Amino acid sequence: MTSTEELRPDPASPAGLGPLGWMRWAWRLLTSMRTALILLFLFALASVPGSLYPQRSISPEKVTQYFTDSPELARWLDRLWLFDVFTSPWFAATYLLLFLSLAGCVLPRASVHLRELRRRPPAAPRNLSRLPRHASFAAEGATVESVAAVLRRRRFRTVTGPGWVAAEKGYLRETGNLLFHAALLALLVAVGAGGLYGYRGNVLVVEGNGFANTVAAYDRYIPGAQVSAEALEPFHFTLKDFQASYIATGERRGQPLDFTARLAVSDRPGAPERTHVLKVNEPLDVAGTQTYLLGHGYAPTFKILDGKGQVAFEGPVPCLPVDQVTYTSECVIKAPDAEPDQLGFLVRFLPTALPAADGTWVSVFPGAANPTAQVFAFSGDLGMRSGEPQSVYRLETTHLKPLVMGDKTKPLAVGEKLELPGGAGSIQLTGVREWISLQIAHDPGRLPALLAAILSVVGLVLSLTVRRRRVWVRVGEPGDDGVTTVEVGGLTRTEGGPAFEEEFDRVVTALQSPGAAEAAAREGVRNAH
Amino acid sequence: MPTEVDPGLAGLSDTLILATVLLYVVAMVAYALDLAFGRARTADPERRLVAAGGVDAADAATGTAEAPAAGGEGRERPAWAARAGAVAVALSWLGWAANAGAVVTRGVAVGRWPWGNMYEFVVAICLAAVTAFLLMQARQPVRFLGAFVSAAAALGIGFAVRYLHVQAGPVVPALNSYWIAIHVSAAIIASGLFIIAGTSGILFLARKDGPSRLPGRAELESLAHRAIVLAFPVWTFAVIAGALWADKAWGRYWGWDPKEVWAFITWVAYAAYLHARVTAGWRGKAATIVQLIAFATLLFNLVGVNIFISGLHSYAQVP
Repeated sequence: MTSTEELRPDPASPAGLGPLGWMRWAWRLLTSMRTALILLFLFALASVPGSLYPQRSISPEKVTQYFTDSPELARWLDRLWLFDVFTSPWFAATYLLLFLSLAGCVLPRASVHLRELRRRPPAAPRNLSRLPRHASFAAEGATVESVAAVLRRRRFRTVTGPGWVAAEKGYLRETGNLLFHAALLALLVAVGAGGLYGYRGNVLVVEGNGFANTVAAYDRYIPGAQVSAEALEPFHFTLKDFQASYIATGERRGQPLDFTARLAVSDRPGAPERTHVLKVNEPLDVAGTQTYLLGHGYAPTFKILDGKGQVAFEGPVPCLPVDQVTYTSECVIKAPDAEPDQLGFLVRFLPTALPAADGTWVSVFPGAANPTAQVFAFSGDLGMRSGEPQSVYRLETTHLKPLVMGDKTKPLAVGEKLELPGGAGSIQLTGVREWISLQIAHDPGRLPALLAAILSVVGLVLSLTVRRRRVWVRVGEPGDDGVTTVEVGGLTRTEGGPAFEEEFDRVVTALQSPGAAEAAAREGVRNAH
Repeated sequence: MPTEVDPGLAGLSDTLILATVLLYVVAMVAYALDLAFGRARTADPERRLVAAGGVDAADAATGTAEAPAAGGEGRERPAWAARAGAVAVALSWLGWAANAGAVVTRGVAVGRWPWGNMYEFVVAICLAAVTAFLLMQARQPVRFLGAFVSAAAALGIGFAVRYLHVQAGPVVPALNSYWIAIHVSAAIIASGLFIIAGTSGILFLARKDGPSRLPGRAELESLAHRAIVLAFPVWTFAVIAGALWADKAWGRYWGWDPKEVWAFITWVAYAAYLHARVTAGWRGKAATIVQLIAFATLLFNLVGVNIFISGLHSYAQVP
């Protein structure tokens, strides 16, 4: 299934064949160019739904949303693997058939090509003037050897016979073609191996906190089928600080300009710490395990006292941005140890707070120029003792008693404290830290995949630019004055523009040039040694 | 990265882009006049078909395909018509200079590669298409394409100015990488060449087999093929460079992001074209239809994916 000049006929449908005959027929059908074309179309078509429906591997939250919005439709889509298109059986079937067809075409062609490489160019046809390119001229002292030498210097393979020279060049075309297709097979293997032996995971780290590369430390961990938990590269790091800068004025006010995280990295347990500056396009690489900066947000720190005056909570609370432009963020604090009643808080964090016209408060800029927190406080049973898992980003408020609804009151600035009504306790915004979200990935297939990709481009360029071409020369008997008639014929087995005509003309000019004979003589001397 | 924008240069870029559209439109009219009233190409399609797969030797030698009108067609032509073609090419070069100037001044004004958003990207693709056409017509007799390529470029830039224009400014951190110079430039060059191929493909389908001022179908097909043979490896490289950039920026080299999916579909579709072209029964019309389907997926990836589907590439700033 390659840009070939030899066209495979469609296999005629077999009648009265044995099982072997049917298998041979099926194999020839599968490896025919027309089938390959149809499979290519199917492959392209099969990818389309992957861009139209949300995919679990890319945005699981959108898939969940789809199930909430239209559960009946979503169930049907899910049955057809439309949320996992690229790992679905029908997608796999398409590309496995395609690659099988490719292998079935490339392997036989490779052996044919190997034989071709050893074969010598075919003898000159009787009538050179019938060839697409033809020239004849009279030359002094031209011999079969001198002509062959000129062609060899132009990197033609030559064969000589009585009064004729046959030359061929451009074998790299088919070599490149085979290389390209073999590289595609290698690419598929590399991608597959990367999926089996690689892993990736996500984690959120607050300024001042650290991360050690173990399965337990991840918020989400997706290993390949062949990855053992002990195989993880044992590095760890601490997030020293994180800086985000934004455009402060003008039409694009608030657009991020740069994110910089400073990490103190230790490559192995006990290894000395080094500082690494992590940026969006500059991952941290520890022995092939890459750590990427994906996102960021605010983690305001709070101190919560309960009704008895005891500290019920103290520390940073990561808030998720609900608005990328202003970085208005939301988070939840649960204080199950608070007495006499458990306390729960919904927090709206405004990085740069300003009062709006309707008395509410809004954030107007993503940077923390005037950080404040609006607090919605609840008391009652948080439901954490039931043993059911809860999200740290959600507070189920239906069974709780609302204490403070802070949407119109002035939000807390850093250092300010809010006393809860009824002596239930207090909450204080003690500071603002930032968090970053990271992706950590190990893919042993990425370098082989890159190598395969490079080879495929090399092969592609060779197969699309090199032309297979043949030149035959017939040298007549010299006359009494030493002048012979030289006939040249040329043929390209690949179509393509005027390039071959120009090359043919140059070959003819070179054969006519008086230097040809001397060049041949020199080469003759060299060959003699 | 500098965050300051030079307002003078940014304004100059916006003025130059309007001049570009104007010049392309005038050039298109001149090409059309040349096509309609200039020296006719041969009226006998059979004669062109003999030269299938390339240009016949006489044309290659003189660098012109305007073969003298075949015997039967001896109508008088207006005197100015002879010059229309040359004027059109000159206008094209002027438009090209304004287009290139607009791209360069925008780049200098913001101190980065000037293809950081949809507007800049579309303007650069139109520049690539016109560049490809002008370089081709200097070496090969393809002036007939001028009217159609100029029209496409004028429409593309007009669309960009009207619907995609954003103020010059810095890019988001994810786009702030040297890979933008490699990945996006390759995508731009390949897209420019695919536009040439797509234009010839449409002309192939529009042209009937009878006499026409357009070259024969075989020649149109061969022109499209040459453009794709150049563009396909460049596109392959662009996809691979994109994977390398994704490996640096997003933690995986391939993640089936919508843009990646459609770049892949485009690649497979053009691969199908290259195969169809050497399959018996698919040459000519069927292969051209495959080529145009591939071109449609390219356009959808350029416009549709950025506007209708959200993904990692959607920060390309569509207003």
